[in-house]
Amino acid sequence: MEERIDHMKYLPGMEVIESDIQEQVISRMNAYDYSRYTETDVKRALAAEYPSVEDFAALLSPAAEPFLEQMAAKATIETRKHFGSSVYLFTPLYIANYCENYCVYCGFNCHNKIRRAKLDKDGIRREMEAIAKTGMEEILILTGESRKMSDVEYIGEACSIAHEYFKNVGIEVYPMNTDEYKYLHEHGADYVTVFQETYNSDKYETLHLAGHKRIFPYRLNAQERAIRGGMRGVAFAALLGLDDFRKDAFAAGVHAYLIQRKYPHAEISFSCPRLRPIINNDKINPKDVHERQLLQVMTAFRIFMPFAGLTISTRERAGFRDNVVGMCATKISAGVSTGIGSHTEEESLGDNQFEISDDRTLDEVCDAIRARGLQPVMNDYVYVG
Amino acid sequence: MEDKLIIAGREFNSRFILGSGKFDLDLINAAVKNAGAEIITLAVRRVNSFTGNILDHIPEGVTLLPNTSGARNAEEAVKIAKLAREAGCGDFIKIEVIHDSKYLLPDNYETAKACEMLAKDGFIPMPYMYPDLYAARDMKNAGAAAVMPLAAPIGSNQGLSTKQFIRILIEEIDLPIIVDAGIGKPSQACEAMEMGASAIMANTAIATAGNIVQMAEAFKNAIIAGRLAYLAGTGRVLDKASASSPLTGFIAD
Repeated sequence: MEERIDHMKYLPGMEVIESDIQEQVISRMNAYDYSRYTETDVKRALAAEYPSVEDFAALLSPAAEPFLEQMAAKATIETRKHFGSSVYLFTPLYIANYCENYCVYCGFNCHNKIRRAKLDKDGIRREMEAIAKTGMEEILILTGESRKMSDVEYIGEACSIAHEYFKNVGIEVYPMNTDEYKYLHEHGADYVTVFQETYNSDKYETLHLAGHKRIFPYRLNAQERAIRGGMRGVAFAALLGLDDFRKDAFAAGVHAYLIQRKYPHAEISFSCPRLRPIINNDKINPKDVHERQLLQVMTAFRIFMPFAGLTISTRERAGFRDNVVGMCATKISAGVSTGIGSHTEEESLGDNQFEISDDRTLDEVCDAIRARGLQPVMNDYVYVG
Repeated sequence: MEDKLIIAGREFNSRFILGSGKFDLDLINAAVKNAGAEIITLAVRRVNSFTGNILDHIPEGVTLLPNTSGARNAEEAVKIAKLAREAGCGDFIKIEVIHDSKYLLPDNYETAKACEMLAKDGFIPMPYMYPDLYAARDMKNAGAAAVMPLAAPIGSNQGLSTKQFIRILIEEIDLPIIVDAGIGKPSQACEAMEMGASAIMANTAIATAGNIVQMAEAFKNAIIAGRLAYLAGTGRVLDKASASSPLTGFIAD
């Protein structure tokens, strides 16, 4: 067996920033014993005008499970107060699926024999044009995590093209240094999503066996570097079900909370992915994150940080997605295809990362939003450089 | 008696300014009609969305008040204001500079700066601000056409939390004082008007009402009632009831 590198030690070229956020997140997560929270704690949390970290901890605990209905009601009120009837739409676009990481749970990992592809400039333009024609104004550019095959200049080029077709450009790519985020920001990107997967570094180490991604602290500090690089907003997530989902959700919430306190202007959002079936790997079963637990996490995020965005994944079924918009989710994807080139090619050039559970078009999703008395919003953002 | 709201020489009959941020586009028209609003705010960042250009939903004769939401400093506010002008929204600009994503409180320092920059550029600035006397004076001196103090944190529906401070602005600043943000109920709008506010801006309270059209009308009536009470001169409300016959009537010489 090949020797694994130290997952807590930065590799050459990885920027180290001075920050105590990681230490704080990890120590609070380690101290989080969700079994000690009681019904009283949950009721206090539900009644709080400005919920504290302790309230958030209570809302994520098993003691809150019987209060899911009340949590949903409170979340709905908060969502309405902060977002009115607006529901934002976006589509993710995978421009490349080359990956240097070996993450045991992921279909893109470097040991999986899938079809790899990378769109060239024209291919990116064609895909973006096709998506923009549907009426979409916000795009999230994704790549597999390969610095070699999808370097920063390549992603920058994609951002520049996206900036022509869309009003709002986000990226979900490998973590990078502050100056690289700055470079992408100057090319039109303003939002950065990085999933930490799990905040438990011991577990993280067993799941991310090789590649840059193995370096736990470099990933955890990505949002802070992105903000320092001039990005307007950052998104946080743990892949629920990889490890103890309550602790991971708690850590993601505390991480976002601390970043917002340190950088009050930064726009904060969450995603709530959980494990879904993947190509060539059906050995891993999602732990116990059923819809009920997922909804508990989502409503807890909403109540704890009522001003934060919350994106509902395409991995969830339409019926679930439609019900959480307006309640806790504020952003929903539509017209999603996770293959490479699949918006314009008859057959996608590269395989997809995961199977989606909601393949509705933009129009269909908008109709579903309107049917609930909510308003689909394509864009609420202006790029000011 | 004619009682008009005058902003930068422009006359308006209505003292109700409708926000459009959290509206269902199709309902804007109806709400404007029922609220009688003649000014409607508009986030520049929402203009030209493919889901329906918001400009198409603004009834004729209504003055657009584009806002600079999304700006985090004065320079960004100026950039956004210029986009509004290019989009054909006119010279009125509501300055919103927000540097806190949690409470969305306006940054008075940057707002005053933006006010000066925009006034110099021929805009008619109407700054959204935290009700602070010094900041309001700075904004007036910088060329503001009105000041728009917040009643409570945006979207909080908490009513007139900053009442005493807005009262001071009404007393001291010779500009229309338009109470913005936080007004949750028609009664609170009425209360602000009664103490002499020039106009009310509301959005969330109406956007999230069960019946938007009816709530818009309720606000309209409450604002009219408050204004009439202010003009009529509310009777003195003293701490203790005063005797109906004079207490000093026994004095002979």
